[in-house]
Amino acid sequence: METYYDPKDLAHFPDIGKDVPELWDKFLAWYNAVFAEGALSEREKALIALAVAHTVQCPYCIDAYSTAALEKGADIEQMTEAVHVAAAIRGGATLVHGVQMRNHVHKLSM
Amino acid sequence: MAKIIPTLVKRGHRLAQSETQRQILRDLPLRPFGEATTMEGNHSLRANGIDVLQINIGKRCNLTCQHCHVDAGPGRKEVMTREVLEACLRFLAESDIPTLDITGGAPEMHPYFREAVERADALGRSIIDRCNLTITLLPNYAYLPAFLADHHVEVIASLPSYAHRQTDAQRGDGVFEQSILALQRFNELGYGKEGTGLRLNLVTNPAGAYLPGNQQSLEADWKRQLKRRYNIEFNHLYTITNMPIGRYLDYLISSGNLETYMEKLVNAFNPAAADGVMCRYTLSVGWDGRLYDCDFNQMLDMELGPQLPQSIFDAELETLRRRVIQIDQHCYGCTAGAGSSCGGTTA
Repeated sequence: METYYDPKDLAHFPDIGKDVPELWDKFLAWYNAVFAEGALSEREKALIALAVAHTVQCPYCIDAYSTAALEKGADIEQMTEAVHVAAAIRGGATLVHGVQMRNHVHKLSM
Repeated sequence: MAKIIPTLVKRGHRLAQSETQRQILRDLPLRPFGEATTMEGNHSLRANGIDVLQINIGKRCNLTCQHCHVDAGPGRKEVMTREVLEACLRFLAESDIPTLDITGGAPEMHPYFREAVERADALGRSIIDRCNLTITLLPNYAYLPAFLADHHVEVIASLPSYAHRQTDAQRGDGVFEQSILALQRFNELGYGKEGTGLRLNLVTNPAGAYLPGNQQSLEADWKRQLKRRYNIEFNHLYTITNMPIGRYLDYLISSGNLETYMEKLVNAFNPAAADGVMCRYTLSVGWDGRLYDCDFNQMLDMELGPQLPQSIFDAELETLRRRVIQIDQHCYGCTAGAGSSCGGTTA
């Protein structure tokens, strides 16, 4: 079935560097450094990436970091909690902007 | 006890035929393993001595784990005879091979397991028991932890995860709880504790169609978690990639993951990992005395190369030390990422 987001397209991600290899190399070097074990473990970073993947709603990232989180030793409970964290921040961010809405309404209302 | 699932053999499944397994992997549109090693300059993979004599003394097991490359289970009849075991011990005695690695099935279920351990210990060799942990809780085998400790046997125990769900999903309901109890008993005897010399190493295989993570990083996390949750200590964690053969191949096919899993293995091919693969340092003996480069080749009936002795009764150390290793597509399982062997990563 044809689909706009084909999971097989993830393997073509490096194509984005075809005409600008120096930019791609810089991106990859930085990307790999970001995900290396540091003050945060690889597992913690994979869980953060998984949560962010859900907020930016990138299907490639969701697949990639669901796999990565499992590979780094996370389990489905930890991964589900990470997605709830992302959802809570998204939901909270929407609600807290209600303050702006209310301020604006109060300013316009008698 | 854990629920027993029928083995491939019991089901009369087409994957019970080793040639079918090999053909399924060969039919995938992937670079041949031989080409990968040649392109990376390894030419033919060759043994570099024999540090480990690994004997698979039978396919009987009290568990039927979903990922088992042996297709082991309670109903399997293949058991090493006394004559073959004698030949293995004679070969060990006449060689300078430092380690005897006993595997199965659950090797402890073999009637001469104790004797094999006692005699290898008397020869002054290091001994490894690849233990599924739960066996030590069965009444007939409760003697095992103390017996293994008396002979300073290194215990390499399977535990996919320090969490309940993944372990039981792979190994059967209730296995996690029993494994924790067994590990606590080993700890009580000094296994896994600093300064006792009693080595307790854990093996984790992914409980699904993905690769294992960074061994060092996972080990630190496991040590923290098992100590905190269950007061369990161990020496090392070995991460082992699931080999796409046996019941794990059945799982990959039935879950629709075979192609992507194999692509993942091929894309992660690491020449440095290929340098350290266990077949380069191991000689594997089957229950019937036939010789193989590794336990995986054994399960695929891939005998040693031509002009080499094929049986433990004819084995000569010198002709086997530098033998060319027999390879096929499943070998990608040992060379992906940081590599995988019976002792964990290889790169």
